[in-house]
This record gives sequence, C-alpha cells and structure tokens, in this order.
Amino acid sequence: MTARERVAGTVANYVDERTGAAKWAKKNLTKVFPDHWSFLLGEVALYSFIILLLSGTFLTFWFDPSQREVLYEGGYQPLEGLHMSAAYASTLHISFEVRGGLLMRQIHHWAALIFMAAIVVHLMRVYFTGAFRKPREFNWIIGVGLLTLGIVEGFLGYSLPDDLLSGTGIRIAEAIIQALPVVGTYIAFFAFGGAFPGEAFIPRIFTVHVLLLPGIFLALITAHLMLVWYQKHTQWPGPGRTEKNVVGYPLMPAYMAKAGGFFFIVFGVTAFLGAVASINPIWLYGPYNPGQISAGSQPDWYMGWLDGLVRMSPPLETHLLGHTISWNILIPGLIVPGILFTGMALYPFIESWITGDKREHHLLDRPRNVPNRTALGAMSLTFMLVALINGGNDIIANNFHLGINQIMWFSRISIFVLPPIAFVVTKRICLSLQRADRELVLHGRETGRLMMLPHGEFVEVHEPISPELAWKLTAHEQAPALALEETDSRGVRRAGGLKNKLRKRISQANAENIAKPTVEDLKAIEHH
Amino acid sequence: MSNEIEAIKDPGLPAHVHRKADHDPVAEKRAERQVAILFLISALGTVLFIYSYYFISTDTFVFLPILGSTNAHQLGLGIGLATALFFIGAAAIHWAKTLMPDEEVIAMRHTMRSDDEDREAFVATVKERAGAAGLGRRSLIKRSMGLSLGLIGLSPLVLLRDLGPLPKDDLTKTSWEAGTRLVTDPGDRPIRPEDLEIGAVAQVLPQLRPDEERTLNNIGKDAVLLIRIRPEEFQLSAERLSWTHDGIIAFSKICSHMGCAVALYEQSTKHLLCPCHQSTFDVPRAAKVIFGPAARPLPQLAITVDAEGYLVAQKPFTEPIGPSFWERS
Repeated sequence: MTARERVAGTVANYVDERTGAAKWAKKNLTKVFPDHWSFLLGEVALYSFIILLLSGTFLTFWFDPSQREVLYEGGYQPLEGLHMSAAYASTLHISFEVRGGLLMRQIHHWAALIFMAAIVVHLMRVYFTGAFRKPREFNWIIGVGLLTLGIVEGFLGYSLPDDLLSGTGIRIAEAIIQALPVVGTYIAFFAFGGAFPGEAFIPRIFTVHVLLLPGIFLALITAHLMLVWYQKHTQWPGPGRTEKNVVGYPLMPAYMAKAGGFFFIVFGVTAFLGAVASINPIWLYGPYNPGQISAGSQPDWYMGWLDGLVRMSPPLETHLLGHTISWNILIPGLIVPGILFTGMALYPFIESWITGDKREHHLLDRPRNVPNRTALGAMSLTFMLVALINGGNDIIANNFHLGINQIMWFSRISIFVLPPIAFVVTKRICLSLQRADRELVLHGRETGRLMMLPHGEFVEVHEPISPELAWKLTAHEQAPALALEETDSRGVRRAGGLKNKLRKRISQANAENIAKPTVEDLKAIEHH
Repeated sequence: MSNEIEAIKDPGLPAHVHRKADHDPVAEKRAERQVAILFLISALGTVLFIYSYYFISTDTFVFLPILGSTNAHQLGLGIGLATALFFIGAAAIHWAKTLMPDEEVIAMRHTMRSDDEDREAFVATVKERAGAAGLGRRSLIKRSMGLSLGLIGLSPLVLLRDLGPLPKDDLTKTSWEAGTRLVTDPGDRPIRPEDLEIGAVAQVLPQLRPDEERTLNNIGKDAVLLIRIRPEEFQLSAERLSWTHDGIIAFSKICSHMGCAVALYEQSTKHLLCPCHQSTFDVPRAAKVIFGPAARPLPQLAITVDAEGYLVAQKPFTEPIGPSFWERS
C-alpha cells in the first residue's frame, strides 16, 4: 500500500464511520448515464445557474440597492453631476471603477440569457422526445416552475440597475398589477410602497432577486436532479436498449470528467461573451425618469413574447358601473400566458388521458413517430415566435424600412393563422418521414449505382440497411386509437358521452401513423 | 401494443470498437501530451488574467477589428478568464474521450412502484398510526386545530399591510391646479406662447412653490407635452378647442395604456407614438387613439395665458392620467 492510498483510506474510513457513505457511494460511482448531445441542454442550464450564483455574489459586494438620490461624481463624464439613485450610481461604479466589475456584470447578464435559453431548449428536447411521460411527470412540473420563476428572476435582475430602460419595464409591470380587477390598485400600492415609482421597489426586488428566488431555485433544482438520479436518465432507442435497462457510461471516471469539463466549457464561453460582447450598457440609457424614454425600448428575449402579445392587443376596455376593466392589458398580460403555462404543466396528464397509456417509459420517442405531439409543439412554438417577433416590431420596422402598422397587422392575423398551419405542415412532415423510414427498412438504401437489366431496363441498386439501423427505425410502438364505445354491452348509452366522444376523436387523430413494416411485408419483399 | 411478433429483432449492443490510444502506446502518449497542453493553455489564461488586473490600467483602449475601440483592461481580464476556464474543460473532456474507459455498460432499471407487500404495509401503518393518534375520533381537537391553523395564515397577510399606503386619490390627482404655470423640463423656466414655434414640442412640468421639491413620483404624474400646430388644423369640439391656446395643445405625457412616456412626435403626420407598445395618438383630434393597444386618448390639460403672458393651466386634469385601473370610472 502506498502512502497516498493509506491517507485516502484514513479519510474514507473517517467519513464512512460517521455517515455510512461507502454503501451509497460504491453503488453510485458506477451509476450509468446514457450519452447524447441533447442530454447536455439541461446541464447548460444547471451550469449557468452556478455561474449566476458566483457572478451575482460578486456584484452584491458593490451594488447599493437603494433609491436614495445621489449626485454622481464618478468617472463617467457624460453623467457627471446628474442626480440619480444610489442603485444606478453603484452600477456605474461597478462598470467603470471596480476592476473586473464590468466583466462580471456582463458575465452575469449573458449567463442569465443562456440560462433561460438552455431551459427553453431543454424543455423542447424533453417535450419532443416524450421524456415527460410516466414516471417523470413531477419533474416536468418542476421544470415548468423553474421556467416561470426564471422569467421573473431575470426580469427583476435587469430591473435592479434602475436605468431608463429597466425603469420603463417596471412601469409596465406596475400597470399590469394595477389593471387587476378589484384589488389591482391596492396590490400595486403595497408592492411599490405607494404610487409609482416610489422609493421602495429597488430594495424590495433586490431581496427577492438575491435571496427568495435563488433559495426556491436551489430547492427545486435539487429536487429536479434527485429525481433524475433516482429514476435514472431516459435513453434513445437503439440496439441493446430496452425499457428495462440503461446503456451508457459509468459516472466514474468518464462521465464525471465530461460533465465537470463541460461546466468549465460553459463558464469559459460565458466569460468570452462577457469579454467581447457588450450587453446592457446602462450608462448609455441614463438614470430612470418616468417622464423620459428611449426609442426602441426592448425587454430581454424571454420577456419579448409577452411584450409582443401586449403590443398586438386590440384597444379593448370595458367601462361598467363606474369601474374599468382593461382587457387590452389583462388578456395578453395575464390570461393568455396563464392558459399557456397551465396547459404546458398539465400536458403529460392530457396526453396520457388521450392515449390511455399508464405504463412507465424510459425509451425516448423519435419526434416523427408521434406526429400529433410534434405538431402541437411546432404549433406552440409558432405562436411564441409570432409574439416574439411582434415584441421587436419597432426594431424590425426600423431595420427593414417597414411600417409598424403593417407588422402589427401581420402579427395580429398570423397569431391565429400560422399556428394551425404549422400544426398541419408538421404532422404531414412527420408522416412523410415515417414513410421514408418504412421505405428504407423494406427496400434498403439507395446506392446510386445503376444497373442495366438484360432487356435494357435501368434500375438503381438498393442495399439492405444494417440490422442496427433497421432496429432503430422499427423499435417504436404504434398504439391503436382508444376503443371507447358510446354504448355498453346492453346497448345503453354510457355516461359522459360528450367527453368520451372528444377523447375518442383526439385519440384517433393521435394514432394516425404510417404502419411500420410487418412480418408479412418483409416476407413479401423476400419473394421479389 | 403488441411487441411479440416484431418483424425485426433487436441485434443487441454493437461490439465495442477500441480507440487507437487503447492499444497503441504512441497514440496514448500523444493523447497524454495533448491533454497536458490544454491544461497549460488554461494556466496561461490565468496568467493573462492576473497581468491584466494589475498591469493594464482601466482607461487603456485598443483598436481591434470587428470589436472596434475596446477597453484593454476589461478585454484582457475577460479573455484571460475565458481561456483559463474553457481549456480546463477542453482538457478534461479530451482526457475522458481518449484515455478514460469508454466501454458502454448496461445497468438494469427498477420500476418506481413499490412491491405490493410494502404498499400494504405502508397503508396499514398509516391507518394504525393515525388511529392511535385518534384523529378520526377527536372531532373537538380536529375542528379547533382547523380553526387555529386557518387563522394563523392571516398573520403574514396582516403583517404585509404596512408595505404601502392605500391608493386614496393618489391615482386621480396631479399637481396641476388652476393657474399653475407651465415650466420647461429641464430648466424650470416659465414659457410664453411665442417661445414655441409651429411644429415644436416641449416637455413641461407644473411650476413648484418655493417650499416644494420635485420627486420622480410627481414627474410620473405631472409630465405634460406641449405641441404647437396651426390653429386651423385642430378638429376639436368647441369645449376642447377652448382648452388650447393659439395652436398650442397640452396632453399628459404618461401613456393611457401602460404608463410609458409618450415621447415620439412625428411632425409631418402630427401623430404621437408611444415607444413601448406603439399606441398612436392623433394630436389635432385631441390625441384620439388611431392605432395600437391603448383604449383611451391621452388626457388633455386645459391651458391659457396669465396676466404676464406665461402659459398656465386653466384647471386640473379632468380625468385620471396614466394606465387604467378598476376604480376609474
């Protein structure tokens, strides 16, 4: 035994005698993780969160979360001698005087954008591959919660510097709160400590941004990861992979090195962006003043769709019995997002209701093999994309020399028309891809080699595909539609007829697939 | 559902293909060197970071292609840090990919569901323990507990009451009163009609009494936009026309949609545009909404001139300014 082994043994013994960790660790150090690039998306989100904690902590050492009015006498000439809040002045101080402060600010902001982007793309991966199915519904809901909180956390974060742009965002948030029927003005006055802007909101959102929400994030992320660990990761279908096993690399050492190394890669790329790509240059915007604004006011990208919905809303307001209800704010600002996010959270249960499938699933779906789900996803993304584009309509109008009214009308119509089109087109594409898969399995790969037959006809030579690929293309299930009889065995109508009818309809549409090759198909081919 | 008669059988896990470094000592040495070089590049990154921190002053600028004029201090710190971090990651991953075991292994899954035995035992335990606590029997305790737990939820709500005052008339009242002079913002100078040329726009605020100080809250409610056009261009009711003075019309600058400052005035069309959500207001027609999500015109402030010829408000705003709210009639 070498000296190093002796030391390691002593330490391990010390820890194990107090925690019994050896039993758990021996099992988990060889835990198997399936490998695929799409499984890295969640990791990017996790690592950006760690970067956010580190860079954010650094920023709090100098940031002064106060709306106390100060006279700026720092190093940035154009703002010299201006009255501004201590929050804005300290952000200028971080940007210009603290060494590495601007870098950290930019890393923090870039990490937030990457965090949100990674969450959204990770969510798309989980959705389109069916990774949310039983037993992973809880993790799906936690994920939707993290996405929602991420939007709020990001918004509060970029509002903290109290510059002209962020103050305008807060002004809009206040108007949404104020628009709530009955309680709106009260909640707004409580939240802001009086009329807008007041002097309370920066210190308050600071506490929420650095303490309350990160705490909730940590708890939810921990639960999210523990469930992944305990339920074991899903895997792509392929040779040797079944619902009952998990194929991949053991945690120690390869997976540890790769995941750990990937953290540094993500941090390195974020630092590079922070070094070369200027983001949120608040010194150009000036301190917040409710009587001023800059043209082209834009929120961060993950808020853009919400702003786009508000922009395209028609001017609807109800005046009734001495009260006002602002539909132009409530519908795009609260009702539509509420429906979207609730629908998203409930989706695993809706799908299992449609398919009647209550079994565990650990093999992922290829998106083409579940045309309806894939089409619904494309439809939702199209909706969000139209909203997002409209959120930047002023920028687009300016850069492409279009009228803002044209873009607005394009969005108002497209938001209703394009999503259904996306649904139909995506579904057709999925079915065509299924058809191509079937073709490949039955007739093999086109080789590009032409052959002349004795009677002069030219044919292209097809080569059979490998058994591995054939298996990959046919390993999925094709469940038939639910058989929901309207009447029972004695011919009596069942209860809940309308609900059953709806379920049957959706189930039928859901089961629309190109049949995969059967034993008979393959036999028929052999006789050729 | 049926997987029994699958046309194509699972060929099983493909045979493992060994990497060059697994059997060729030269390739192994090369991979080892590559990993070491990557780690060394990271170390150089940290050296650059420390050098930039101490030896490049914060006001040094360099000109770089694409980036333009760039602060050398920030750039050195950032590139150093990025290099230091990125290449640690690159080294670790290269190490894992070339030298660490790369054989795929199979582990079995367990169903999430517990055994029936455990489930029954669990239900029995819960029933037995709950029964022992007598939760089902002791309805007096149960109800009083429900009452106390229900009530204690009120305390945090009560505690939050002091977060802010009640709205009262804060949303409906501004500092404008009959006879308040309009002063420029910035500058706080009273203005005469002849200071404004036709087509000009000015942001004004109410003149403060000597003992008053202007807060952001005041500006958020009091900001007013003055616009001068040719008087014959107005398409106003007789009453609204009497609120203008010699072609000068005054509107609240706070958008009736969501409270942004309506700051974009297009002289040729006489439209006011809110940069937040593009609500467009037609100035000659009393800021009527002609496009966008705003549902109400901008409130108009009645103005006139006082004895000394300065612009003053005839009276306060006749309606609340800014975004809508429930209590607004």
